[in-house]
Amino acid sequence: MSAPLLQVRDVSKRFGDQLALHSTSFDLWPGEILAVVGESGSGKTTLLNLIAARLRSDSGSVHFDTRDQGLQDVFKMTQAEQRLLARTDWGFVHQHAADGLRMDVSAGANVGERLMGLGERHYGRLRAAATHWLQRVEIDPSRIDDAPRNFSGGMRQRLQIARNLVTKPRLVFMDEPTSGLDVSVQARLLDLLRQLTRQMQLAAVIVTHDLAVARLLSQRMMVMQKGVVVEAGLTDQVLDDPQHAYTQLLVSSVLQP
Amino acid sequence: MSQQTIEVHPMPLTTPQESRVAEMSALDGEFNFAYLDERTKRMIRRALLKAVAIPGYQVPFGSREMPLPYGWGTGGIQVTASVIGPNDVLKVIDQGSDDTVNAVNIRRFFERTTAVRTTTATLEATLIQTRHRIPETPLQEGQVLIYQVPVPEPMQRLEPREAETRMLHGLAEYGLMHVKLYEDIARYGHIATTYDYPVLVNDRYIMSPSPIPKFDNPKMHMNPALQLFGAGREKRIYAVPPYTKVESLGFEDHPFEVQRWDAACALCGAEDSFLDEIVTDDAGGRMHVCSDSHYCETRQQAQAAISSPVEAP
Repeated sequence: MSAPLLQVRDVSKRFGDQLALHSTSFDLWPGEILAVVGESGSGKTTLLNLIAARLRSDSGSVHFDTRDQGLQDVFKMTQAEQRLLARTDWGFVHQHAADGLRMDVSAGANVGERLMGLGERHYGRLRAAATHWLQRVEIDPSRIDDAPRNFSGGMRQRLQIARNLVTKPRLVFMDEPTSGLDVSVQARLLDLLRQLTRQMQLAAVIVTHDLAVARLLSQRMMVMQKGVVVEAGLTDQVLDDPQHAYTQLLVSSVLQP
Repeated sequence: MSQQTIEVHPMPLTTPQESRVAEMSALDGEFNFAYLDERTKRMIRRALLKAVAIPGYQVPFGSREMPLPYGWGTGGIQVTASVIGPNDVLKVIDQGSDDTVNAVNIRRFFERTTAVRTTTATLEATLIQTRHRIPETPLQEGQVLIYQVPVPEPMQRLEPREAETRMLHGLAEYGLMHVKLYEDIARYGHIATTYDYPVLVNDRYIMSPSPIPKFDNPKMHMNPALQLFGAGREKRIYAVPPYTKVESLGFEDHPFEVQRWDAACALCGAEDSFLDEIVTDDAGGRMHVCSDSHYCETRQQAQAAISSPVEAP
């Protein structure tokens, strides 16, 4: 078996006296989707921001299997290297699309920005790539020149995904990608995400408080409470046979229509 | 109160040139030579030296309150005041013209505070302060062109956070600049930015050339003159040293292009200069004339000399 794509070892974070994340470790394999679930304030987003090098960790290391140099400690990279990684091999899908998009420039430019950042200087090719990606995330290509400000919530989220996937990353971080969308739009987005991750062999870390999202997308999951991982394992196993009291509470809290 | 060690008065004036400065400073009442005090000038010169050492990099400086409003060239005036000496010859242009309000005021300001010789002839001047144009006559070694800059940060519209734009400059991440050009093409079918067209200086820093028309951008490339940029409100100075590579951005399939006109100058017939369109009546009458007034006048005089030779006495 090949090496893990991402090795997280003992990352932790304190905000003053507040322990946001207790020492946490896990491995992520290529093409694998890991869901991190837990209630608000349990440290899920902090964990995501730490491993995506958007926050400085108090301890530990995150090794990523880079394309040309093999396993590299992300925390030891220079800022320039981290940022290059973040816009080539990584993607980051924010909870609010407005955080991840440029709301005042057209959808096409939003998709093309990463390519332009990597030195693409051919308008025709940029345009073709943008059209292609809008189609893949099921946005009508005729809206290529519209600003995301005029898009619906679901379309914004899909545009954000297209913008991230245009450089064909191998790892995507998602912070509650479906929250704030109504259920039918959620279902469509989840379906799309499942399709894209399969097709592109994407590995992903998805932070969510919605167990259905975890069930549908992820192979493995981690349950967090108060900054500590209380249970981890295969998604079906954890959801069907929860061991920890908190996980049991979480599973039994899901409303059945 | 203890004795302050900070000198309040200008530096002791010793060299012959500087003693002439002392004489001159009495010109208009209480002002120091070129209005600014010597300490401020030295501070600005230090910023200028750094700017010249790192072409295109925006150097912060302590911009002073000037006796004219922001937007009227406070940055350019401070740079000029810091580099001007009593033997300099000054030309001031506003939109290419020597006789518009901004140019007249700034020229008079330096006449009153320095008593240097002023001129409208481009090649006679050692210092040229400009707003929105580069003279048509090619500049030469030894000349200094000083631009008045309203917005020094080329990415400001797309990325309003200054900490972020400084980081982007630091890491040379300039994808954003092409987003702007992409938007132009998507919306208008061509790059519709006609002034303040972003340039890449010395293959490193993206720079705003101040709101000169993009017609003038190619003149910045490998120019023998020193080009200094001052932004008073934004408190930034940057520079393009002589013979520096200045490349206007573009796409492979939509390269950088300068404006062209179907018309020639109605006064001098020039086809190679930047033309202003002037409405002459309310019936739709209009004419194109050179924006560079000195260039236009020189050509008119030359033509007059040829067409009507001086009559014999």
